[in-house]
Amino acid sequence: MRTLFFLTVFTLVMWTQSVTGQKYYTKTGRITFLSQAPLEKIESSNNNSLIVLDVATGKLECSVLIKGFQFEKALMQDHFNENYMESYKYPKGLFKGVVTNMQDINMRKDGVYSATIKGDLTLHGVTKPVTTTGKLTIKGGNVAATTSFDIVVADFDIEKPKVVKDNIAEKVKVTVSADLKLMDETN
Amino acid sequence: MKQIDRLRSAYRFGLITILAVVLVRSNAQEEQELLSLLGREETTEYAAASFKTNRVINLHSLESTSAGVLDIKISHRFGFINGGIYELFGLDESTIRLGADYGISDRLTVGIGRSSYEKTYDGYLKFKILRQSTGLKNMPITLAILGTTAISTLKWAVPERDNLFSSKVSYATQLIIGRKFNNVFSLQLSPSWVHRNLVKTAAEKNDVIAFGFAGRIKLNKRFSLNGEWIYVLPDQLAEDYTNSLSIGVDIETGGHVFQLHFTNSTAMIEKGFIAETDGKWSEGQVRFGFNISRVFTLVKPAS
Repeated sequence: MRTLFFLTVFTLVMWTQSVTGQKYYTKTGRITFLSQAPLEKIESSNNNSLIVLDVATGKLECSVLIKGFQFEKALMQDHFNENYMESYKYPKGLFKGVVTNMQDINMRKDGVYSATIKGDLTLHGVTKPVTTTGKLTIKGGNVAATTSFDIVVADFDIEKPKVVKDNIAEKVKVTVSADLKLMDETN
Repeated sequence: MKQIDRLRSAYRFGLITILAVVLVRSNAQEEQELLSLLGREETTEYAAASFKTNRVINLHSLESTSAGVLDIKISHRFGFINGGIYELFGLDESTIRLGADYGISDRLTVGIGRSSYEKTYDGYLKFKILRQSTGLKNMPITLAILGTTAISTLKWAVPERDNLFSSKVSYATQLIIGRKFNNVFSLQLSPSWVHRNLVKTAAEKNDVIAFGFAGRIKLNKRFSLNGEWIYVLPDQLAEDYTNSLSIGVDIETGGHVFQLHFTNSTAMIEKGFIAETDGKWSEGQVRFGFNISRVFTLVKPAS
């Protein structure tokens, strides 16, 4: 009976460890966006996005506080939050998806891998599918991840008055770059 | 034999238990959000956009000018609307203030201005002591302090007299205690102390204590309804003077904020609208007026 107990514990511990070795994360992912309109170029960045990648399943999740986006003009930041993103109602941007070719990526082998990412992006209370490719650079167990994709402002029910149609682009380019670390799940 | 049987059944039981635990755990894992593994992120969120600009109407709002931003203000107050069509409801006459505010930091604002009212130059410093926030730091209110100095440059009425420069100077000190209750409603209280070195008559006090109440209701993304009332404690003003009451709207268009309002005050500086308001709402002695604010980013924040 005692042997059995130890066996159980041993199995559980082993199993847990095999799982813990499989998640990478960051709390300081950098997300930038660029709106290039005829009259105005608007750039913004947020260096505090949360990203978790589960190597075992390829699942990828990312969350970012809308209020944390920094602009070069304070007024732009106000308008972004108050008029367009309505961050008091929709405080977060969220991505939930999978790296579909996770089997091609060997986290234990240094190298540059291309990743195909598919998932759902939720912004301003609207969820839309997003498919993009990214790059994973693995070096000594650390993972540098980058990706970029375009989003159509109108897809997310973000109202844009006619007077600013030459100031804010129809399509906004989003770029994500992050250094992911192995998650320590023991605590 | 019996022992072996018992061992076997215990082993089976053990296996099933492990399997069950593994299944349950992996199921739980499946449903758990990956992000929740990072724990709850604690950040401090400061209340923003309690008012559209750093003035409610005449009164300073709890907002300051953002760091590195220059805010040019052009303000007009026309004549009393009870002048009727002959005076085009007051539009024939106007009082003006030109001003510039600059954010040294997100907490410290400086400003200067020139009013046609008694040809006055004014300057101010405004500092946010407390900022309303939730999260890591929890602060229910915003508290700011404002200090202004105004110097009239009217020619002396009797130049032959021994006139002192100090007679033309007045000061106002104000605390601004406010809160953005929700996305729609903000309210503030402004205890104020105006000091005039020289007053016209003995009935007027050199030092005037007043309480300003101001609020705004956001009607939609670009419109808000603003109101303010300044209650002056009794027996401090000359008989013709009264409390300032103003109501208006803020209209925001890109880099501009247009504030259109009706007020019984003429001046756009503290000593004037707090201690020298001469219009009576009950008699239609109300002025139409506007403030136009245009912001320019002079210093971009490091990203």
